[in-house]
Amino acid sequence: MRRSFYRLDRSGLSLILDQLKHRGYTVLGPKACGNALQWRPLDCLEDLPGGLSTLLAPAQYRLQTGSETCLFGNPGGLDSIKAILHPPRQTITTIRKAGDQLEISQETPPAAKLAFVGIQSCDLAAVAALDRVLLQNGEADEVYSANRANAFFLSVHCTQSGPTCFCASMGTGPRAKAGFDIALTERLEGEQPEYLAEAGSSLGAKVLEEAHALPAPPEWMRQSTEATQKAAEAQTRKVNRQAARAVIDSTFEHPRWEQTAKRCLSCGNCTSACPTCFCVNYEEQSSLDLASAQRVRLWDSCFTLSFSYIHGGSIRLTPKSRFRQWVSHKLARWQDQFGVTGCVGCGRCIVWCPAAIDITEEFAVLEQAAGSAVTAGGSPHGH
Amino acid sequence: MSLLAAPPATVKRPIMQPAVGRVLQVVKETHDTFTLNIEPPPGDPVARFRPGQFSMLYVHGVGELPISISGDPECHDYLTYTIRSVGQVTYQLVTRQPGECIGLRGPFGTAWPLTEARGKSLLIVAGGIGLAPLRPAIYHVLRHRGDYNRLVVLYGGRSPRDLLYRKEFAAWGMLPDTQTLATVDYGGVSWRGHVGVVTAMFRHVRMQPDETVAMLCGPEIMMRYAGRELESRGIPASRIFLSMERNMKCAVGFCGHCQMGPYFVCKDGPVFPFTQIKPYLDLYEL
Repeated sequence: MRRSFYRLDRSGLSLILDQLKHRGYTVLGPKACGNALQWRPLDCLEDLPGGLSTLLAPAQYRLQTGSETCLFGNPGGLDSIKAILHPPRQTITTIRKAGDQLEISQETPPAAKLAFVGIQSCDLAAVAALDRVLLQNGEADEVYSANRANAFFLSVHCTQSGPTCFCASMGTGPRAKAGFDIALTERLEGEQPEYLAEAGSSLGAKVLEEAHALPAPPEWMRQSTEATQKAAEAQTRKVNRQAARAVIDSTFEHPRWEQTAKRCLSCGNCTSACPTCFCVNYEEQSSLDLASAQRVRLWDSCFTLSFSYIHGGSIRLTPKSRFRQWVSHKLARWQDQFGVTGCVGCGRCIVWCPAAIDITEEFAVLEQAAGSAVTAGGSPHGH
Repeated sequence: MSLLAAPPATVKRPIMQPAVGRVLQVVKETHDTFTLNIEPPPGDPVARFRPGQFSMLYVHGVGELPISISGDPECHDYLTYTIRSVGQVTYQLVTRQPGECIGLRGPFGTAWPLTEARGKSLLIVAGGIGLAPLRPAIYHVLRHRGDYNRLVVLYGGRSPRDLLYRKEFAAWGMLPDTQTLATVDYGGVSWRGHVGVVTAMFRHVRMQPDETVAMLCGPEIMMRYAGRELESRGIPASRIFLSMERNMKCAVGFCGHCQMGPYFVCKDGPVFPFTQIKPYLDLYEL
């Protein structure tokens, strides 16, 4: 569709939130909660973390005082929406024993109507990646479908980059290209912020029309593009995603895996923080009298020993092989499996790794090691 | 032919929700391996499988596991599974009594290429419990004997007491155009058959490599060496197929556990052409 552009002030934005609530959406947005920015229901714009900014570094996350006017200026500092669309804990079926029969009931959650206010471009890309796994992969995951089906995305282009961001190199940001209903650019010239709003869907356009948003001055669009371009150029971390598959394929036996795995605690923080890590386990939870049992789905991590267990032992015995599996899956195998990269460059794994393992740093070492083999176009496994 | 076509989806049940099956019979095959016949709900698509596919079997209060179907694909009255008791769920499965209920999901995964193998000879190489996922293919060939040339079944086990389906195996060997050979790692005093690895049996096989399709299932190390050996004997990798095993929780590509390089063993496999899986078999801890 042809995109239309509008200008909004703070009260205009507030009206949009009301519009969404009026349409039956549960409006969610970033909220300072437990010393981190997390997705929580939003009552009004005052709930947004105005006056707060995140300080990000490998193995470091701090909330600190920031610009009062800026409502959305925390690139890379916000929790991903994975935990909402693909919950960490979900009962799937309940199975009761009745005499010698089994009664099975499905615990499908009702279709939700969720609006995400302030989602960043990397996370929109992550949702598109999860869609490929959980919706477009033969079967559709019922829980994810129910949460995802009616989702409304009011995204915000990042006009600044966080120190751990590398979305520009992954092709997923800092400007949201698709997947949003409305995309905002926050403009901080005056005392109060103003917003350039682009409609990305007909519903988004309708919501903007209903909020009586006025057309934006033509130069705002150019300024917005320049601002996101500047944010992209400011990123110091990067992954050469075009070379990623060939690099991973030719470095399976590289000693770097082992060296870094000595620091890796196999804690799985990276897989929890990652907006695209989808692996789950199904656990059996019985009632004390054994009459009833639930199949409970829980997030799982490829960093656990039990993840690859088959009779006789685990396939991936060493932390080295588990670390390698994760990095290889994110940067290379995902492309084989789903046609997109599994890493969106959000940098959360770098921030939340207690050992400060940096996927971009690891990749750079491997890329250099792969060197001539890769530039010659050689993939040993012939993909 | 209806058998080799995808099973019709007459009942649409949520993918993670099992059908309730009833145990009809539990037969002891060896000291640790049992064959269960399970009756699915009447007319349920869970019973319509292609040889090589697997089901997810669920024991109430214990858990769920992928188990290959080991019975006749044209029998829709009950499903047959041969299970070695190696852990909590398998132990609970083999100790069920007739009449008890078990959850069934499936069938899942790819099948042995029996349509493509028509008009050719079949070389089946099984190791240990690996004979179970191959037995439906053997049943299919025996039912449609005119569609195939020679049938050779090579079977390796740890010891004579670990060999499955021994009477049946001996009977197959008596059929025309059929050759069966068993070998064990440890023979004992009463064993008069072959001793050694299954790859050592290839020299006893009478067949033409240029018109043979090979199907392998057993320990990964056995399949790796058998695949290479068959290639060196003139069977191209594109006509060698093997069935892989990995940890599986969902069987539909959601749980991520069964990944092997670019593949999800549950839906891209378990049956893979050797050409496809060969590069990954050699990667330790992949």
